[in-house]
Amino acid sequence: MTPTRSPRRPRELTPLDLGISVACLVSAIAVCWLFFVQLTGGIGWFGFALAVFGVYLGLLYVVTSDRSGSHVAADRVMTAVVTLFAFAVFVPLVLVIGYVVAKGLPALSFHFFLQDQGGITPSQPGSAGGGAHAIVGTLEQVGLALLLSLPLGLAVAIFLNESRSKWRRPVRIFVDAMSGLPSIVAGLFIYAVLILPYAQKVHLLSFNGFMASLALSLTMLPTIARPVEVVLRLVPAGLREGSLALGSSRAKTVWSVVLPTARTGIATAVVLAIARVVGETAPLILTAFGFDLMNANPFSGPQESLPLFVFQNIRKPSVATISRGYAGALALLIVVLFLFVIARVIGRDRSVRPPRRRRRVVASEGVVA
Amino acid sequence: MTDVVVLEEQPAARPPRTPRVVTDVPTQADRVFDRVTLSAGIFVLVLLGCVGMFLLLRSRPAFDESGIFGFLSRSEWRTDVQPQRIGVLGLLFGTVVVATIAILIAVPLGVFTALFIQEYASPRVRRILSGLVDLLAAVPGLIFGLWGFLYVSPQLVPLSRWLTRNLGWIPIFKTDQNAALVNSMFIAGVVVSLMIVPIIAAVSREVFAQTPPGEKEAALALGSTRWGMIRTVVLPYGKGGIIGGSMLGFGRALGETIVVVLLLPQVPQITGHVLQNCCATISGFIAVRAGGDRFTVSGLMAAGLVLFLITLAVNMIASTIVSRSRSGSGVEL
Repeated sequence: MTPTRSPRRPRELTPLDLGISVACLVSAIAVCWLFFVQLTGGIGWFGFALAVFGVYLGLLYVVTSDRSGSHVAADRVMTAVVTLFAFAVFVPLVLVIGYVVAKGLPALSFHFFLQDQGGITPSQPGSAGGGAHAIVGTLEQVGLALLLSLPLGLAVAIFLNESRSKWRRPVRIFVDAMSGLPSIVAGLFIYAVLILPYAQKVHLLSFNGFMASLALSLTMLPTIARPVEVVLRLVPAGLREGSLALGSSRAKTVWSVVLPTARTGIATAVVLAIARVVGETAPLILTAFGFDLMNANPFSGPQESLPLFVFQNIRKPSVATISRGYAGALALLIVVLFLFVIARVIGRDRSVRPPRRRRRVVASEGVVA
Repeated sequence: MTDVVVLEEQPAARPPRTPRVVTDVPTQADRVFDRVTLSAGIFVLVLLGCVGMFLLLRSRPAFDESGIFGFLSRSEWRTDVQPQRIGVLGLLFGTVVVATIAILIAVPLGVFTALFIQEYASPRVRRILSGLVDLLAAVPGLIFGLWGFLYVSPQLVPLSRWLTRNLGWIPIFKTDQNAALVNSMFIAGVVVSLMIVPIIAAVSREVFAQTPPGEKEAALALGSTRWGMIRTVVLPYGKGGIIGGSMLGFGRALGETIVVVLLLPQVPQITGHVLQNCCATISGFIAVRAGGDRFTVSGLMAAGLVLFLITLAVNMIASTIVSRSRSGSGVEL
């Protein structure tokens, strides 16, 4: 009776499949609208989307298993689930960035980068004053933290991967433990150990930018050491052995073979660590404290920073200060995205390039001819 | 400048040769190198030891007041009455509930994202999507907190209201009469979940990528559908990575501060009503109360110590699970 059934690939989507899918979606929307909007009085757009998705999957399963059996139905439904979940992850990313840009752009003007909050009252519009003091503070605190944690982080990574010490195991465990240290605890540690007991006696150990960078470097150290160690492990053993076989010392091998080979990976890891630390807010509340005016000296007096500026402004109940917070958030987001792009450009896989270069050579030959 | 390899001279006549002894005579540069790197390693040990020790020392007053067990089992935090009564249980409850809600949402999102990137997407889409996951990981918690506080919270209220009105007979959806539904533990959990999806997706993706192609092809050749192949080969193979990645995410969710400071009222309380405005977490409470007197700070140090030990335990268990599993032995966390 059924002479020539043409074979089909299991993953192929026929027009009929698409039709069924669309029909299921439409009926899911209709059912959910009837049930949630008409009968039980509103669930919000997010809840509605969730409900539609659930009903859609149910309908799709029933219809497909009726046509082609439960195996195919399970495959179809899970394909829909996996695809939609994967894209659902990026909806908030787009929403977050879009929201901050949309709210921050009107308040972010050129003089945001030049002025501080001196003489600004909450009744003035959000575009008055600026965040220059916060930007300077962030640069100094993160720079100092980098200065403290970069050499140490590199040395620890080299120690973990290149030395033969019996201490490697405990140190690795402790570095792991340190990367689990909540940043607020790092801030609390600096606050309770240095600031609280000595603030009255030693000027350096009161609320200031330097204390903030100490707390930041505590969180930054493992975020540099761990990825750098991974990068160092990727350096082929043959290069190391070649260098040692040529008679150079282990120190020389690390300095002139291992580190140069891993250069781009190390740079990527460090830039990503900076990007993570720039947005760190919690430890700053207890260390830099925040200040409305420009204080360019990180070693003396409370200092503002960009995350702190945002955090404190959006918690105030006035529209103008909240819009200042948005402007700061946009500036912070720009800094982080900029660092992210730099890390991407540095870390781009070199092996991708040669074809393009070859094409360029061909083109120039064409010009010569 | 050379490593000197000394060969012990063997008398040629003796047949059973003893294995040669290789000794390493380090050069001056090597000795400096060893000393510098070793001291860096030891410094980290000492540093973390100091953090733990000082947290313990400075939290003495809080432990003295109520005893360690009393501090751990009391849920209220009253510094306005005499004698002061502080305990960490209420804070711990909020911390664990928020992190649990976050992990319940983030695990399916992260694992399915990893599956999509690894098994469904074309190479081009794969590159773009894994870049986007990294980007999601790079967005600061403060930005998520601001967005959650000013945008998400009001958007999720209708969902909470519907749940409590129509499914209120289920205990976890119950709320008090006329309770405010903004800034609940549920909403904080949703926002925190977005921040831990990247780590779960990244770890899962690494283990999925190591699934032996032979086993996948065998499943397909036996006639399984793509989902059948994933269910019977990829997921069992990557189980260790999924569990370990989820626990790493859980550890990160426990320590998340700014989102919960902005979203929760930070009043310690133990309640099953996750949809209503209430509760506090350890990290958020520390951020809000740290300006207090010495006794308060010692209590916060004690709470911080508890948080530190819990995240430490969770992270250690997670990395052990990943490295012991069949798939995860080569995976870097």
